[in-house]
Amino acid sequence: MRTALGRLRRHRAALLFGALFLVLVGVAVAAPLWKDVAGRGPLANNLEGQVVLGGKEVNVVSLEGVPIDPTWGKQYFLGADTNGRDSMVRLLYGARNSLLIGVAAALFTTLLGTLVGLLAGFFRGAVDGVLRSILDVIWAFPVILLGVALGTALALGGLNLGIVTIDGESKLIPIVVIAVVYVPYLARPVRGQVLSLREQEFVEAARAQGAGPFRTMFSEILPNLTSTIVVFFPILVANAILLEAALSFLGAGVRPPEPSWGNMISVGVDRIVTAPHLAIAPGIMLMLTVLSLNAFGDGVREAFDPRAKLRMDA
Amino acid sequence: MSTDSKHSASVPNPSPLLDVRDLEVAFATEAGTVRAVDGVSFELAAGEVLAVVGESGSGKSVTAMTLMGLTRSPNAHFAGSAWFRGTDLVSASGEELRTIRGAEIAMVFQDPLTSLNPVMRIGAQVIEQIRAHADLPGASARERAIELLERVGIPSPRERIDAYPFELSGGMRQRVMIALALSCDPSILIADEPTTALDVTIQAQILERIRELREQTGAAVILVTHDLGVVAEIADRVAVMYAGRIVEQGTLDEIFHDPQHPYTWGLLGSITRVDRDRPERLPAIAGLPPSLADRPEGCHFRPRCPHAFDACTKVPSLERRGGASAGHVDRCWLDAARKRAVRSVGGQIGLAPSP
Amino acid sequence: MGRFTVRRLLQMVLVMFAVSVLTFLIFNVIPGGDPAVRMAGKTSNDSTIAAIREEWGFDEPVPVQYVVTMRKVFTGDLVSYTTQLPVLDEIVMGIPRTLSLAIGAAILWMVVAVAFGLYGAMRAGAFGDRLITVLALVGISMPVFWVGALMNYYLGFKAGLFPNGGYVELTESPLDWAYHLVMPWTALALLFIGIYSRILRSNLLDTMNEDYVRTARAKGLSERRILIRHVLRTSMIPFVTLWGLDFGLVVGGGAILTETVFDLQGVGQYAADSIELLDVPPVLAVVMLAAFLIVALNAVVDILYAVLDPRIRITG
Repeated sequence: MRTALGRLRRHRAALLFGALFLVLVGVAVAAPLWKDVAGRGPLANNLEGQVVLGGKEVNVVSLEGVPIDPTWGKQYFLGADTNGRDSMVRLLYGARNSLLIGVAAALFTTLLGTLVGLLAGFFRGAVDGVLRSILDVIWAFPVILLGVALGTALALGGLNLGIVTIDGESKLIPIVVIAVVYVPYLARPVRGQVLSLREQEFVEAARAQGAGPFRTMFSEILPNLTSTIVVFFPILVANAILLEAALSFLGAGVRPPEPSWGNMISVGVDRIVTAPHLAIAPGIMLMLTVLSLNAFGDGVREAFDPRAKLRMDA
Repeated sequence: MSTDSKHSASVPNPSPLLDVRDLEVAFATEAGTVRAVDGVSFELAAGEVLAVVGESGSGKSVTAMTLMGLTRSPNAHFAGSAWFRGTDLVSASGEELRTIRGAEIAMVFQDPLTSLNPVMRIGAQVIEQIRAHADLPGASARERAIELLERVGIPSPRERIDAYPFELSGGMRQRVMIALALSCDPSILIADEPTTALDVTIQAQILERIRELREQTGAAVILVTHDLGVVAEIADRVAVMYAGRIVEQGTLDEIFHDPQHPYTWGLLGSITRVDRDRPERLPAIAGLPPSLADRPEGCHFRPRCPHAFDACTKVPSLERRGGASAGHVDRCWLDAARKRAVRSVGGQIGLAPSP
Repeated sequence: MGRFTVRRLLQMVLVMFAVSVLTFLIFNVIPGGDPAVRMAGKTSNDSTIAAIREEWGFDEPVPVQYVVTMRKVFTGDLVSYTTQLPVLDEIVMGIPRTLSLAIGAAILWMVVAVAFGLYGAMRAGAFGDRLITVLALVGISMPVFWVGALMNYYLGFKAGLFPNGGYVELTESPLDWAYHLVMPWTALALLFIGIYSRILRSNLLDTMNEDYVRTARAKGLSERRILIRHVLRTSMIPFVTLWGLDFGLVVGGGAILTETVFDLQGVGQYAADSIELLDVPPVLAVVMLAAFLIVALNAVVDILYAVLDPRIRITG
């Protein structure tokens, strides 16, 4: 592990991109600060309002419904959207949402996927059979379709599993949807690794010492899975963010008026002729975020396991 | 299979078939420059079997593969020459080498499972080589392939020819490799640890096969191995390599009965023999071979040699010192009498334990 | 080989059954609230909701509901309560468009990925290779809907190089049909080119180091033959099978986004429009059908793999 970290430290391109990602996160976290600068929140409509541009009073949204272009000033830095809202503020709050959902979903997937992989690989037999079938079925759905199906269905009625009730509008819905969709992508490789690890001597030694199955799993096998998980994680986050954007674009993720890069691009695409800036800005931020994660993830993979052939979308 | 025109093993040939002079092979790596082969020279006469012996890392495989041009890569540097029928294999162009490879010099590799294309039928792999060097129509090539498989001892060749490598046993696969090597009637066969990946009973069969084929075709053989038992079975001459250099060279008899270099003594001493009493502890040479990126000054064996003295910080040249014939050369500063004295350990040839 | 195929097809049927159950659960059981209300969608009134409840059997036990739902989907007895249009008809109309998009994009990405992958492997480490890697990274980081939208705007609307979205039937005018599809094909292919060229490059590099390639060289074969017959052929096996799987993914998912952006009115866009309206019956049908298609495709791909790689027939 230490040598891998050392290798990573020497991979400057990867570190640069990792830093870029952290900067983007930092910018998103600082959204409320910008809100104070701009003077309005992400949900504050301003259809009738006016703003001073170059000394003149201009309608925020023209009479034909065309919002103003970027002012590069404190207010409406990146222009306005069709409801008169400040695009920059929405962009930053959208970043918060997109990043929050992406990272949270990835964390959930990691937890759930590791657990499922561990249980299936360790106990094998019937437990493995059942878990694998569930994984196979989820795997059979293309990622977007499953996300869309779950997202749509849950958006309507919320989630009601008896013990847990989540409202349809809650942000937890996209998090749960994305997390579940990606579980097989992690669970399968983990299961494979557990299958081979459990045959190794240190596991036998632990059992000879009287360690129960759960203790063996968590204190012996789990630590050996760290490098697989570490390698997967950045790419998982990148894909989760992309999926959230796709779902929100289609309306099955974060629903308006809450901003997310995905639904902002959706609105932007509709208005691309009159106000291209509405689509370009969130797209660039999305691209930079995913790119930095992918590049960083590449570096992590090379440092931890140069022989691994990772594939997220198979 | 005519044997007279190309190879005349019976008539001594003054000019050698293969003449390797001061071959050097170095690789640039993250850890520094690795000098895998450091000034290797030897000759190979037509029809003879030369065994190149050494442990892992001695440079024997790199030497063999360099003769076929298989070590060429952007970070490899070569010096010296290897003359074969008027062509220097070290500096030859890719196209020149290609016509020689497989046709005049052929190689058998160590692991037949990974050395054969797993998704291509064995017949197709043999035919492919035949047609790369001769303009034979498909049917004739196929007949020739069946013939070859039969010669190497594969039963039912006409059916087996369409099998995939994973359908054959290890010994059979190695025979296929030999068939490949012989398909174009080469003058030199290089065998790189041909039996190491096989179990002992199969080993004997494969060696037998190689010996037979040598007799039938008169090809010369370079046998790269770490197994002295294999050497004793089949070699005419032996070159012992250590850390990139040949440290001793001579006929089989000379090496086994009158060895001149401490490393050779160590190798011989570590063979357990059925006809002697079992030693208390299996003798081994103390220490480890040097890292090829950072070698000791002078004689490479010096750090492990119990007989080292001050002259050893200077590289000993490869020349005849105590050997009986002109061809028996070594790289050890010790004088002949001292060698004879110290190489006897417990009544046998061996390397004395470190003082 | 025959036994393998039969086994695989049986597996396929089982997974399809599981998929249908899961889809059913997703739409009718898991979410909270009244399924009849959900099914009725946004434009609903009490009498419609009651009628729906009757028709779909939402008062019956769950297994009965499952049977009813399945019957409705497969007999085409599905109607969108929001648009009043029969679902099956809409889907059938959209299929040729979606296929045009998917197949064209798939061929494009395959050809370009092989070219880039080969180039990258042969000139590994050189500037050209590194450039391709960077482009590939960018390609997989750009969401297809955004790229598509930008292409449509800048190349279509502003520069007028390509038509601004829309679809022309193949039967009407093949040239126009292709002309309208160039941008969607490119947008959709970009993502996959990025992924696949890197995979092929890494497969090729790994294969080039294999022992049997060394043997091929020792046999005196020409570099070209070694590259094509030994290196490429074995590297392509996992590549082709992945391509088959992803083709299913494209048809199933990527198409939704691209069709929407370029207004191709294919099955994907139909689904997307329905999602936006939260109109359940079409989404249910499309999801089910798409998942089935993919399961079938997976089975075909597995069988294809066994044909290409004889080792699988024994072990797989």
